[in-house]
Amino acid sequence: MSRLRESRWSGFGFLLLLLLLWEAAGRYGWIHKLFFPPATKILASFFQIVASGEVLGHVGVSLWRAGLGYGLAALVAITLGVLMGYWRVAYESLEVVVELLRAVPPPAIIPVAIVFLGIGDQMKVFIILFSCAFPILVNTMDGVRSVDPVLVRTARTFGLGQGALLWKVVLPAASPFIMTGLRIAVAIALILVVISEMVGATSGIGYFILDSQRSFRIPQMYAGMLVLALLGYTLNRGFLLADARLMAWHKGLTARQR
Amino acid sequence: MLEVRELRKEFQPLSGQPVVALGSVSFRVESGQFVSIVGPSGCGKSTLLQCIAGLSRPSAGRVLLHGREVTGPPEGLILLFQEYNKSLMAWRSVLRNVRFGLENRAGMSRGEMDAEARRYLELVGLKGFEAHYPWELSGGMQQRVAIARALVRRPEVMLMDEPFGSLDALTRIELEDALLRLWESLRATILFVTHDIEEAVYLSDRVYVLSCRPALVIEEIEVKLERPRHQLTTREDPRFIQARRHVFELISKEMAKA
Amino acid sequence: MARLPGKGLAVLLGCLVLWEVLARQSGALALYFPPASQVLATLAAIVGNGELLGHIAASLWRFAQGYALAAALAVSAGLCFGLWRPLYVLFEPLIELLRPMPSPATIPIAILFLGIGDRMKVAVTVYACFWPILLNTIDGVRAIDPVLMNTAATFRLGPWERFRKVVLPAASPQIVTGLRVSLAIALILVTTSEMVVSNDGLGFYILDRQRSFQIPEMYAAIVALAMIGYGLNRLFLTLDGWAMAWYKGLTRKEEIL
Repeated sequence: MSRLRESRWSGFGFLLLLLLLWEAAGRYGWIHKLFFPPATKILASFFQIVASGEVLGHVGVSLWRAGLGYGLAALVAITLGVLMGYWRVAYESLEVVVELLRAVPPPAIIPVAIVFLGIGDQMKVFIILFSCAFPILVNTMDGVRSVDPVLVRTARTFGLGQGALLWKVVLPAASPFIMTGLRIAVAIALILVVISEMVGATSGIGYFILDSQRSFRIPQMYAGMLVLALLGYTLNRGFLLADARLMAWHKGLTARQR
Repeated sequence: MLEVRELRKEFQPLSGQPVVALGSVSFRVESGQFVSIVGPSGCGKSTLLQCIAGLSRPSAGRVLLHGREVTGPPEGLILLFQEYNKSLMAWRSVLRNVRFGLENRAGMSRGEMDAEARRYLELVGLKGFEAHYPWELSGGMQQRVAIARALVRRPEVMLMDEPFGSLDALTRIELEDALLRLWESLRATILFVTHDIEEAVYLSDRVYVLSCRPALVIEEIEVKLERPRHQLTTREDPRFIQARRHVFELISKEMAKA
Repeated sequence: MARLPGKGLAVLLGCLVLWEVLARQSGALALYFPPASQVLATLAAIVGNGELLGHIAASLWRFAQGYALAAALAVSAGLCFGLWRPLYVLFEPLIELLRPMPSPATIPIAILFLGIGDRMKVAVTVYACFWPILLNTIDGVRAIDPVLMNTAATFRLGPWERFRKVVLPAASPQIVTGLRVSLAIALILVTTSEMVVSNDGLGFYILDRQRSFQIPEMYAAIVALAMIGYGLNRLFLTLDGWAMAWYKGLTRKEEIL
């Protein structure tokens, strides 16, 4: 996302041009009188739903669901990933089951979750947990497996026990990979929370957008999408900042290697 | 037949003064000669070759091939790159890599091109490796594939950018002699860039010593040693030792300035 | 994958047996979580009597259209953007703005303009698959080593020849990565759009069975969907292994070194 800042003015100019075209298209009904409102109308709706707190409530709910699912997924997947990455036995035993579960497209699990958990928050958190777990797991496994055996042996010669070894050596060494998995999972969490809210919900930003469309509040629908895009952008940016801070050592290392 | 006249090349970095890589380089190469260019590291030798090969536009001065100015890659001239492994195509077999040198020539059938490619592979000592992939070969062998690929076009002029720099001493000796044999049988003109003084004197008819940035030709040294050259006897010849000392002193003085 | 995953299969078998035993013990549990044997039997039944096949066909057709269209558009665009930096710079803010928006959010707008039929579902799929393929293609082209491009220049290759013989092969590993990632995404979007609004397709079927409390059928269809996803993935890997054999060899060599 830092690429955004490096873009030269032609890109922003182009964007501006598109917005102006949108405005004209909306105002003069070039595309569709009802379904393609002018940009200004959408912006107006955007400010209205934000200011009235209406959409913020939905966003809050979505973030709560996504955050909980994501956090639990991280906990489970990193733990499992370390186990499977470090101990061959664990890997060989669990890989088949993991691969089979991974093959199921996450939306297909939604009805199952509804059967067990109804259409409330629990169902959504579970779906997000299920979907986010796999990328985090796979990347954690890769990370642990790629830890240099020399590093591990060195630690052993310093007399480190198994627990300390995992916590102080393996985990930090694998952290760049884990971060990659966590980063992918952020986008997935957002996607799944929207999906689960569109399939069965009465709150949340995904529900908000779909409901706006169904009740033909079109500018509001677009405004909701704008909110969601901004949310996605902010989360991504936030993650990159955290990543840069935590993984500064890795950035320096890879920059030098290049 | 190849003339470089007051060649100047400047680079504009993101901030600050322009960097003058080549100040004013002038020299002449006659047909069929083996000429080396030596100089301290980073003094613009690669830049010089890029300009001569028509891959880089000089800031001032000209390169003339058969009296005609070089403005783009000229017919009959091939540049061999320092990073030969990056210049070979990983998706093509050794044979097809060499065949690549002929592919944009009209009038040859695929069978004819393959036959030529095989001929030159044998010439560089790689018979039997046609079906291998470049990354399956050692550094020295990869370099030979690159040479065969250039030779298959039967160029008048070959520019070689530190071709043996990253190889071990024994492979280097082998390839130096192989190159001389090829040169003698094909009578191309070779412009050879190296940082290895002994190699330059051993191989060439003439050695040009390049200064540091901005690069100039400090001196032209004629190597009046008989051919064919021998790794042991030629290198023990007092004239070799004298020439080597002369070049060494010039370069040492240059490096002390930096 | 010549090595048989013995332990893995054993664990899987163990889980299935456990599931079977538990489900048979408790009638209530069997309602929500029918034993594997029943699920598989149901699957055979609904495939056998043709009930599921129509839905599978519908989903696969949408998937194929969406994926193929996205690939064609995104690879073309990616090649253009990768080769002509000014063009990329022009579109970059737009790309960076649209990229982080979760793809399901386009479903309502697609319904608005395209209705609730196949076109909407294909459009949504195309949109979602477009970005990973595009970005990977751009990266693939940008990452081509300048030495390779210079080699093409010194051998005096024309622009079309250079594109065909150097740019495309050199960028292909990265392009293939993008295509692989989009495979799963396509399936997800097709399924999702079928769940939100549809009257056929696997996504619709699964949700519909849940709503009418035909639980074994629901699980059976999920298994079918998983198998399809797995099968598509395997197919892709096979084609990939065949076309990209050189790349596999190259990267393996680098690992050993």
